[in-house]
Amino acid sequence: MTDLVVEVEQVTRSFGDFEALTGVDLTLRRGNVLGLLGPNGAGKTTLVSILATLLPPTTGSARVLGLDVVADAAAVRRRIGLTGQYAAVDGLLTGRENLQMFGELFHLRPRDAARRADELLERFDLVDAADRRASTYSGGMRRRLDLASSLLVRPELLFLDEPTTGLDPRSRQQIWQAVRELVGQGMTLLLTTQYLEEADQLADRIAVIDRGAIIAEGTGDELKEQVGGQVVEVVLVDDSGQDEARRALSGVGRVEAGTPTPDGRARFVVAPDVDGPGGVALLAAVSTRLDDHDVAVRDVGLRRPTLDDVFLELTGGTPAEVPA
Amino acid sequence: MTTTTPPPTETTEQQPWTPVPVDSSGISRAWRDAVVVTRRNLRHFMRKPRLLVFSTIQPVMFVLLFAYVFAGTVGQDLPDGLDYLSYLLPGIFVQSTMFRTTQTAVGLAEDLEKGVVDRFRSMPMTRSAVLLGRTLADLVRGMAVIVLMVLVGYLIGFRFTEGPVAAIGSMLVVGLFGFGLSWAFVLVGLKVPGAEAAQSAGFVFVFPLVFVSSVFVPLETLPSGLAAFAAISPITLAADSARALAIGSGPWLPPTLGTLAWTVALLAVFVPLSVRAYTAPPE
Repeated sequence: MTDLVVEVEQVTRSFGDFEALTGVDLTLRRGNVLGLLGPNGAGKTTLVSILATLLPPTTGSARVLGLDVVADAAAVRRRIGLTGQYAAVDGLLTGRENLQMFGELFHLRPRDAARRADELLERFDLVDAADRRASTYSGGMRRRLDLASSLLVRPELLFLDEPTTGLDPRSRQQIWQAVRELVGQGMTLLLTTQYLEEADQLADRIAVIDRGAIIAEGTGDELKEQVGGQVVEVVLVDDSGQDEARRALSGVGRVEAGTPTPDGRARFVVAPDVDGPGGVALLAAVSTRLDDHDVAVRDVGLRRPTLDDVFLELTGGTPAEVPA
Repeated sequence: MTTTTPPPTETTEQQPWTPVPVDSSGISRAWRDAVVVTRRNLRHFMRKPRLLVFSTIQPVMFVLLFAYVFAGTVGQDLPDGLDYLSYLLPGIFVQSTMFRTTQTAVGLAEDLEKGVVDRFRSMPMTRSAVLLGRTLADLVRGMAVIVLMVLVGYLIGFRFTEGPVAAIGSMLVVGLFGFGLSWAFVLVGLKVPGAEAAQSAGFVFVFPLVFVSSVFVPLETLPSGLAAFAAISPITLAADSARALAIGSGPWLPPTLGTLAWTVALLAVFVPLSVRAYTAPPE
């Protein structure tokens, strides 16, 4: 049996004139966790839909567990699990009834489905809510039920499409914990997320997707290396003076606007030019320039790049923040 | 069919118990999947109180309104010895069944707007089970409404006259015809986006068909052009069949065979079209 659980070659997908995927290559090994990281509309869900046999690719080939997702779609469906972006559970049924129904549709005997439902309700902390309709569940509970529904029969590959988008921090932690347990059991996962922190926390490898194409791939550390060593972070006293700061810093390095601080101060990240000064020299150059231009600075310092910086560097856009 | 019984083995912590799917042949699996979806749809029906109340009150209201409002005028045109309530009730079986089939399109369109059908699509279940589960649930619901109308009919003086087998036959022939027709509305629900649009599309089609038929009035009372249309309408066949089996208003065999032939024809046309429309990959 091949070790490659996902093999995507030059896959494109168009919807009318809109090219959602412009030529994606991707592989995933058994037992690994791949984080597919990208902003809204980058093509993450389209790619997952193709791999889960919900959509055929326009061109290119995609194989899951060695099977073609178009020709062998039925066989693929028997061996994967999909937890979508919008919790796909039946609101008019109770949590237990949802699991029982999905279990029977996975062709478990009713008795086995019932036993499995009990176990999963226990494991996902839904026992108290088991006999309430899913429409009364909180967002986090619905996601947990949705995740449980994907695990009735142990899939060989599980797709998690933005499993925590829109969840509060506590619910997000619960989902992360559940995902880590699955990883601990050797589950192969393909996870999509808009959140850098999520990809960093859960995935072995990260593929950054933007406008329908994979623009970088590697471990979190490898991606951080791409920014090139350390960066200088500048925080202004407030959100004015940004133009002044940009003028002051032009030519020192690659300047990108970062996400503002929680209390509303503007933030800049200065990455070293390939042949320009780096490290302490870069810090000194930045400080001098800011001082020369009388920019009111709250904080300036040297630090290792985060995935946020990588994202900025690669896409030129600001990724979504994990909501606090 | 091979049914392997996997021993539920408890293994290590790393690999928790996971049940093994029952291996079975295509047909029995398709049927079981459809039954699971049917059960879900019937639960939905029971848990939408407004839908439950209105879909049962409406046919009962029709029985009472027509029986008392039209008994005078239409009753005079009926053959001797036939009162309007006896004439009307089998017709109302057909009318309520026809109106109910438009709900098939609505229910399906609503399903498609929800994420749960996306999950169904990503699962190894028989894909057409979503459609069969919908039409079977609507058949069960339609039969329940017919039984309710019979109960109300009995309270106000209706009586079956041809024996219990014929009585059950009169209800079944209408139910089966409705099952066939509901597959046409499956296609409507798949093709017309949105539940409300699906409902409107259904009524535009169903209303004239029901009224231009022998459901409420004998054909002789219709203007000649409409009567000619009504005479060849399958709705007239279904109403005549149900009426003949219920109260012996005429020969039962020809309209019953005609109704069943229409049912088979509807299924032969719309089941393949609907299944193809549902299982074909988008675009």
